[in-house]
Amino acid sequence: MAEKLDKVDVVIVGSGWAGGTAAAELSKKGYEVVCLERGKDHSTEDFIGAKDELKYSRRIEMFQDLSKETLTIRNDIDEVATPHRSNETNSINGTDTGGSGVHWNGQIYRWLPTDFELRSKTIEKYGEDIIPEDMTMQDWGITYDEIEPYYDKFEETIGVSGEQDPLRPEMSRPFPNPPMKETATMALFKEATEAMGYHPYHMASANMSEKYENPDGETINACMYCAFCEQYGCDFGAKADPIVTVLSTARRHDNFELRNNSYVVRILHEDGRATGVRYVDTQTGEEYDQPADLVVVGGFTFTNTRLLLLSEIGKPYDPEANTGVVGKNITTHAANLTHLRVRGFFDEEKFNRYAGAGALGATMDDFNLEQLDHTELDFLHGFLIRSTQLGSRPITHNHVPEGVPTWGQEFKEKSLFYTHRNLDIQQQNGVLGWRYNYMDLDPTYKDVFGDPLLRVTYKFHDQDRNIVRYAHQKSKEILEEMGADHITVPEITDETEFGHNSLGDHTAGGVIMGDDPETSAVNNYSQMWDMENVFVLGASSFPHNSSSNPTNTVGALAYRATEGMIEYLENDGGLLVDPSKE
Amino acid sequence: MSDNNKKTNESIEKDQNFDPSRRRFLKNTGMVIGGVAGGSVLGGLLINQDKSDTATTDKNKQGAASPTEARMFFTRYEDFVVLEQTTERIYPEDDNGPGAIGLGVPYFIDKQLAGKWGVNAADYRQGPFLDSDPTVDMSSLTRGEIFILGLRKINEESQKRFDATFAEIEVEQQDEVLTDFANGDVDMKGIGSNRFFDLLRSATLEGAYSDPMYGGNRNMEGWKMKEFPGAVASYADIIDDKEFVKMDPVSLTDYQQKS
Repeated sequence: MAEKLDKVDVVIVGSGWAGGTAAAELSKKGYEVVCLERGKDHSTEDFIGAKDELKYSRRIEMFQDLSKETLTIRNDIDEVATPHRSNETNSINGTDTGGSGVHWNGQIYRWLPTDFELRSKTIEKYGEDIIPEDMTMQDWGITYDEIEPYYDKFEETIGVSGEQDPLRPEMSRPFPNPPMKETATMALFKEATEAMGYHPYHMASANMSEKYENPDGETINACMYCAFCEQYGCDFGAKADPIVTVLSTARRHDNFELRNNSYVVRILHEDGRATGVRYVDTQTGEEYDQPADLVVVGGFTFTNTRLLLLSEIGKPYDPEANTGVVGKNITTHAANLTHLRVRGFFDEEKFNRYAGAGALGATMDDFNLEQLDHTELDFLHGFLIRSTQLGSRPITHNHVPEGVPTWGQEFKEKSLFYTHRNLDIQQQNGVLGWRYNYMDLDPTYKDVFGDPLLRVTYKFHDQDRNIVRYAHQKSKEILEEMGADHITVPEITDETEFGHNSLGDHTAGGVIMGDDPETSAVNNYSQMWDMENVFVLGASSFPHNSSSNPTNTVGALAYRATEGMIEYLENDGGLLVDPSKE
Repeated sequence: MSDNNKKTNESIEKDQNFDPSRRRFLKNTGMVIGGVAGGSVLGGLLINQDKSDTATTDKNKQGAASPTEARMFFTRYEDFVVLEQTTERIYPEDDNGPGAIGLGVPYFIDKQLAGKWGVNAADYRQGPFLDSDPTVDMSSLTRGEIFILGLRKINEESQKRFDATFAEIEVEQQDEVLTDFANGDVDMKGIGSNRFFDLLRSATLEGAYSDPMYGGNRNMEGWKMKEFPGAVASYADIIDDKEFVKMDPVSLTDYQQKS
């Protein structure tokens, strides 16, 4: 029997960027807020001296404990799904205080104006016939102009260091910090792409180019370029993460409490209204009910989707009947497709590739969504191209040109020789939803509490393969211009398929946003159409994945959602947006 | 090699420190490991003898027995010998510097398998295990079980083809056997031989290049070959240098706060 706790105003599930941002804003307003984090407590003190590639990049220390819960994966609806068993196959999402926001790289992009009205704009430009059958492309129920102030707000909170992208709309004001430093390979990339007539610029970063104090009074230190960013907590508090920003702000208020080791198993509800959540203290096994007026679900895409399905909130998506919404439109930047990279090897040059930072790089939008004429292409959306310098840590980086064996004397010789003589050009493309790519509950496999795991059904389409093939040719041309002596282009065949090595931390969908309750689960304040005192924040609300990294959009939508929550609490409820019917 | 070593059995010294193989050591001393039982007993006695000799003559020499270099996971010496030989073929000693044995890679792998990684403690392990050609991570076998099965299979293949253990055959023959494993051409229980080989290969690189506290990358020799500076607080002053900057590596032993 669960112990019933005292009621609070708001209970938040998850302490990452989504939950943490809501926690800061609601705490500032004086609401009594409890944030439940399934993982352990940790802070910058835990990251000092953590420059340990084996522990963090190979044994994936900071990611979800799969022995307790994972998800299952299959390609087709008539297949049996099997569990994703190890983070070493593919690390998907984080845990512990601050969530995935602690071990992210800090690469910052806004999404493109067209993204938010993708279906309307695509039809306007090309006609409806260009959208393939079963592609579930839809608008977000919000415009770029509406979301712009929230991008601005999040960028100020996290101290973005960067410059205006020459091919995107002018920002309402510049980023709060100047760009990071420029490495030899970034300069080479810019020089080559400019010579080719492209528009490279310095990638925006949540690693600080200089010491920064954000509008909430939180200090973020200057980046040391120490090369332990991705999959690591920052040694110096120099990467904006929820711990040094929004959670620190929330913790200044006595009306805020963060409870670790608190695994939420259900959202409790009666008569169409949420009454709170039930969670398990993972250290004692005891169950608690935490009543609240408002429930904020701010976990990762999978957590949010699964919690709604387990709690029977919202209509589950059924791809065969093409009804329902919860679980719909999962999209990901697949590790074995979207993130395959073209690599160049240089016989004469040697670069300081051991140094770097998570968001250090040069990037360009010349082949992105709004720059392409899709009538001549065999794909929709577009891609960014970038050359980054994250730091080539030695276990992970043993690249050799094609034809060199992968072990033995020649491998050793060449992998040592090319260690600081290679770099990749990365493309990242928009990924669109499909009718039969979705999430539901698995019929066989259970978590440590006996609840069904989330099941992912996902298949690549020609769209997904064609866009990457095209992008790889562009990357190859750039490497040629940069003077690479050997270039490796990953092979993509028609058999290249989604699998256990596909899902990454850029996975979106399941509780998607829109203006029609028939096709979306939340409105543009992230409020559930079917349960007005439940707000679901995070990339779960993205109807598709754009070509750039998701966090800036997660943060922006979290600020907007929190404005909605405050309005909701102050005005005694109601839907914040009138549903439209198409 | 310092002068005061010359009075010891030089061939043993050489084998112990520079030759990647126990194989040659055993050949030179006239000892042949035949059956598993005999080899175990004789090998164990010989190694103990050998190590105590080395330890008394030169404690500081590269490769001298360290108290952290005893087997935690591998109960059978024969299995460990195959591990030594295979990792050395994957990452051999050459003009660049030491190979897997010289870097302590076999002991690194032994320690890893003795901990939570070896029993897949951080993984989801509920059945059923349905994949027909499972990867290591998706297998019903633990990483520890896969290593034991794989290393014994390597010896078995070697016996079958060359009538000798893997440690006794020539390097070309060793490479031939390993190539077949790498290509998935050897039948193994529960897992493809290519999957096992991939695990062995990645564990070898982990041992060569992880922080020395884990037992590999001895004296940071792996990082020196790789020109990787290790745990360096800041590259802010060199990050925009156009020329390559070479640095002496720093391990976590020196980087982390200590009382």
